[in-house]
Amino acid sequence: MDSAILSLLGAFLLSIMGLFVFIWSMRKGLLVENPQAASVIFAPGEIGRVDDPALQAPAQAGLQAAAAEPGDAAHAPHPQALAQRIAADRSSAFPVFMFIAFACLWLLLGSVAGLTASLKLHMPDWLTGEAWQTFGRVRTVHLTAVLYGWITNAALGVIVWLLPRLLRTPLAGAMWVMLGGALLNIGIASAIGAIGAGWNDGMEYLEMPWQIGLFVVAGMVCIVGPALYTLARRQVESLYVSVWYHVAALLWITLLFLVAKLPGVHFGVQQATMNWWYGHNVLGLWFTPVSVGAIYYFLPKVIGRPVRSYNLSILGFWTLAFFYGQVGGHHLVGGPVPGWLVTLSIVQSMMMIIPVAAFSINMAGTLRGRMHLARQSPTLRFMMFGGLMYMLSSLQGSFEALRAVNQVTHFTHFTVAHAHLGAYGFVTMVLFGAIYFMLPRVLGWEWPYPRLIALQFWLAATGIGIYFTGLTIGGWLQGTYMLDATRPFMDSVAVTLPWLQWRSAGGALMLASHLVFVGHVLAMALRFGPQRTGAALFSQPAVEFAHGK
Amino acid sequence: MENEVKLAAGAMVTLGLATAALVVLPYIQVRDVQAPEGLKPYSSAALRGRAVYIANGCVYCHTQQPRDRGFAPDFERGWGRASVPGDYVYDRPHLLGSMRTGPDLLNIGVRQPSKDWHLGHLYQPRAYVPGSIMPAYPYLFEAKAAAEPGDATLKLPPGYGPPGQVVVARPEALDLVAYLQALNRSYPVLPPAPR
Repeated sequence: MDSAILSLLGAFLLSIMGLFVFIWSMRKGLLVENPQAASVIFAPGEIGRVDDPALQAPAQAGLQAAAAEPGDAAHAPHPQALAQRIAADRSSAFPVFMFIAFACLWLLLGSVAGLTASLKLHMPDWLTGEAWQTFGRVRTVHLTAVLYGWITNAALGVIVWLLPRLLRTPLAGAMWVMLGGALLNIGIASAIGAIGAGWNDGMEYLEMPWQIGLFVVAGMVCIVGPALYTLARRQVESLYVSVWYHVAALLWITLLFLVAKLPGVHFGVQQATMNWWYGHNVLGLWFTPVSVGAIYYFLPKVIGRPVRSYNLSILGFWTLAFFYGQVGGHHLVGGPVPGWLVTLSIVQSMMMIIPVAAFSINMAGTLRGRMHLARQSPTLRFMMFGGLMYMLSSLQGSFEALRAVNQVTHFTHFTVAHAHLGAYGFVTMVLFGAIYFMLPRVLGWEWPYPRLIALQFWLAATGIGIYFTGLTIGGWLQGTYMLDATRPFMDSVAVTLPWLQWRSAGGALMLASHLVFVGHVLAMALRFGPQRTGAALFSQPAVEFAHGK
Repeated sequence: MENEVKLAAGAMVTLGLATAALVVLPYIQVRDVQAPEGLKPYSSAALRGRAVYIANGCVYCHTQQPRDRGFAPDFERGWGRASVPGDYVYDRPHLLGSMRTGPDLLNIGVRQPSKDWHLGHLYQPRAYVPGSIMPAYPYLFEAKAAAEPGDATLKLPPGYGPPGQVVVARPEALDLVAYLQALNRSYPVLPPAPR
């Protein structure tokens, strides 16, 4: 059939479908605002009360004073709802602490490996004596440690902590979750060892040998089961948007990993499309929904105001679920793969603007006139930084998928900078903020040295700023030099050198921030600093009341 | 939204659509592609070398997918014609790559057929390519006082070897070079049939 007729027909069908969706959404009342659903994260009477456990009592009072708005109710939050929340927190404390402890371990190892790999790119004769020290292995150890070790553990910690809170029921099967966490981390540790020893499956993001991947799948199954069971036993009518993101993300990553690791199915070019289907979905359907879901909870919770538009968050969820899964082909622009596949992925990459816009408009509306609170609340600062970086990195990614831009940036450090903007500027910063909020409730102890939180934020933010700016410029120059047939290839290498050094400088700041962070977590777990909330590990009395006053 | 079943079902449908588009359809479309006439399966030495290539992460800096002349000057750089799916029939796993910190290697065996060059370049890239940032791979070699019969001795430019010793390639290095020499997709392929 003629392609013009085909596209006309496609546009016609699409418009008709859009019309039906519109009629359906009118009937379901989706265009009417639904403030009740947005408020399920608060106990009755709690709206207007700030909550940032990362702050000590006087600072919390200062934040409350700054957040006061005319029309705030004066009555106290419902005690029964708070008791329910405390029971939920207590049920998840042990597994959550386990995930965070593992996350901290892998964060340190991963960032040391990352900085080493970065230095090796401009010092190629440094540490070449042993096979495990070579760039190709250290870089992959870095990737496995930060993606599977740090982000995945921290993300599971956030999910396991938030689900019981949002569903107002204790976590079911905490022992299974911990068994799952143990299996998962056995898998990660073995994978890092295997990669260092030179045993890997040879595909990006899927380097872990599939035999070791079995541990990861078994671990995820042990975690997803209790999560779904907790969901089934919920004591709340309406499912908050974070629950959607988190439950869907758990299901997605388990299936993604399982399908991608099936041995012996794929080869050649179609294996490459499978590889990038997984490679982008691990970001799009795992890291992103977990972090977006976390922002949807922590940001309104800290400032004590529900999100501006609940329905916008629903739109954001379903568009993300639909579009994000299909963008992986943009990693193969210009490659020997079917043209329709690349085009489909480019279109869906552009469509990703919709969920990002829905998220950004919603957060901007929620924070309108309240951004100054970030000066006082560390959690809010991390969440706002992460949310802003989500918007920037996702928009950048959409445009990077376009053929004209991709022609320059493909195969260059520009892509690496973009990946770090997403995985670090967005995801990691959100996870830091979430841990600063969660850990005082998990351990029943306040952060011993609040100034370290500010120090860590600025080290990390400056680090990623230098990293991203340097590598973006270097990568763009590299791409233009490579496209210029009159220049020898070596010019494209030489032009990146100063920018690779800047990258190492930024990376060193990021590592320093992680040392501060992990040191602070350790100090807290070991009960350093003045005692404040007065509670023993995992058996604390009602901390919530102490903060709620 | 109150229904967890709808949530799970919806999430599975969107993932299913993505999997159909990016995994199943390419699988169906490409799995029956025949190897072009000029393409031979890898020798066992080349396959062992390919494993060395994978174990050391060469793929993180080298692509194996020259692009069309209308898109990028890959051909002008001597990296070969644009590759087609048939070129990768024997590739398990695929090594298409995503970075060009170094040049494309799909036709390195044509561009640089010399075994001596490859061995020396792996031992110390900067002895052959000034300004290269490729890591040196001394652990694929052995320094000895004197070569034994059957040893593959490196002929390094003066000043790059250990003084008073000879450098001998280990079997991994020889296999890796066999693989690099086998990277040759310079045979002609027919343009895809018009649709």
